[in-house]
Amino acid sequence: MKQLYEPIIGLEVHVELNTKSKMFCKCSADYFGKEPNTHTCPVCLGLPGALPYINETAIESCMKIGLALGCTVSEISRFERKNYFYPDLAKGYQISQYRWPLCKGGRLQITGNSGQDITIRINRVHQEEDTGKLTHVGNETLIDFNRCGVPLVEIVTEPDFHGSEKVRDFAKKLQQLFRYLGVSNADMERGDMRLEANVSVRKIDMSLREDEDDEAISNMDGIATPFGLAMTKNVRNDKPLPNYRIELKNINSFRFMVAAIEYEIKRQSEALEKGEKLTAETRGWDQVKKETYLQRSKEEANDYRYFPEPDLPELRIKNKELRIKEEMPELPWNKEERFVSEYGLTKDNARILAESNDLAEYYESVVKLGKQKEMEPKQIANYLINQKPDINKVSPEEIIKNIQSKSAGIIGDEAELKKIAFDVIKENSESAEAFKAGKLGALNVLLGAIMKKTAGKADIEKAKEILENLLSK
Amino acid sequence: MKLSIEQVKKVAKLANLSLTADEENLYAEQLSQILDYVDQLNQVDTLGVEPTFNVTGLSNVMRKDEDGKSLPKNGPYKTKGVFEE
Ligand SMILES: [Zn+2]
Repeated sequence: MKQLYEPIIGLEVHVELNTKSKMFCKCSADYFGKEPNTHTCPVCLGLPGALPYINETAIESCMKIGLALGCTVSEISRFERKNYFYPDLAKGYQISQYRWPLCKGGRLQITGNSGQDITIRINRVHQEEDTGKLTHVGNETLIDFNRCGVPLVEIVTEPDFHGSEKVRDFAKKLQQLFRYLGVSNADMERGDMRLEANVSVRKIDMSLREDEDDEAISNMDGIATPFGLAMTKNVRNDKPLPNYRIELKNINSFRFMVAAIEYEIKRQSEALEKGEKLTAETRGWDQVKKETYLQRSKEEANDYRYFPEPDLPELRIKNKELRIKEEMPELPWNKEERFVSEYGLTKDNARILAESNDLAEYYESVVKLGKQKEMEPKQIANYLINQKPDINKVSPEEIIKNIQSKSAGIIGDEAELKKIAFDVIKENSESAEAFKAGKLGALNVLLGAIMKKTAGKADIEKAKEILENLLSK
Repeated sequence: MKLSIEQVKKVAKLANLSLTADEENLYAEQLSQILDYVDQLNQVDTLGVEPTFNVTGLSNVMRKDEDGKSLPKNGPYKTKGVFEE
């Protein structure tokens, strides 16, 4: 079927920071699997009079994420109260950011199907707090506030995605970034990282169709500066967005998110084709039925009445930002590029080795050792990728040794060995005759000669076999 | 400024309150009066005055990321309804 509608997707990513303490109190933020409500205090329980106190490390982590995504760190940022009644937050409001987010306006590049760069614009990166965990048992709801107040960073993209795979690629890239920065474990299943996608579809204007392919949709012309795009232009995005959007929420795996988006694109296209009107909704994913289902219709007015949090002084960032910049590790995509330019690796190999910071560092420590032995970085890369040694158990020194013995290039080629054996027999005819006469020990003399000729590189078992064959004739 | 019944209903909903029809009328009246009273502030010329978001005038008040004591296990209910340190 010809595609009549194009999907327009924006992403909201929440990531829980791995700080020791919560965002606004000293309770331990390490809540996973702990006895319910043992990590609580008057602040995170929202008791009257309790005052929040900002966790500096959380703010730094949030800025690191922002900087890595090319955002500008706001010189002045403020917390605000997002007011709503729901039992997951005892205070009746969540401390979040709204008009003055910590970081604004960045971008992250992902790779299109034909290898080109696709730029996803980042609207904002802001700091907030997580909510408590609700467990529904029959008609009862059990509340565990251990998670309540754990630092949470929200990353909001512009609606620059036009397909589910790119959403997945982007989310995976973010996950890699969080781990590189060391700000979160970013485990989807544990809920360290959560995705929400806003999906709508728009009828494709066939008159514009000719000079665009699907991949080009989100391409932008922009001048990259170290920390942001100086100028962005996105022709396709100038077109009006649909007047509704479906929010896909509470989906805890990349795979399910892709499935849910695919389902929504189909469902919405079919509905619009039938002339139905779509309105704002929040939907979840039913993995058993393989379909999305209505969670909440947005008609029920989301009026959060944001206002500046009077209990928290504003943040004025200037010098701090500079210090954080110095602490920033090399980012995964920069590392990949460097592996290509510095070590001559293929793009694919560079990507595999830069997958995690640990592996990348390990690779480079082997490269450093290998340099003294004139071992090529490429050779080391191939070895690590093909042999997949356990980098926690095998030391870089051992890797070098393994590669050496391997590349010592044991000669195992039959024809080559045979030729050498011939020569050796000729040159040591006495020993050869002795062996034929039954003096089996003479074989060792011949073998030794082969090893000497090959600088010890001959496969000794094979050489022995070949000699025996030749001499038994 | 006269608040409509609809507006009162919305405010009540946002505040998680259920009001009777009589109360809605009553509060429409009373809330309107309060708004009128506060509205007097609009007579002050605030042109060029920065909004006061926080009265302390402080900024960047932050603590080190160290975990400390939470409420004791079984919490507030342990000793005759009083908090235990
Ligand atoms: Zn607490």
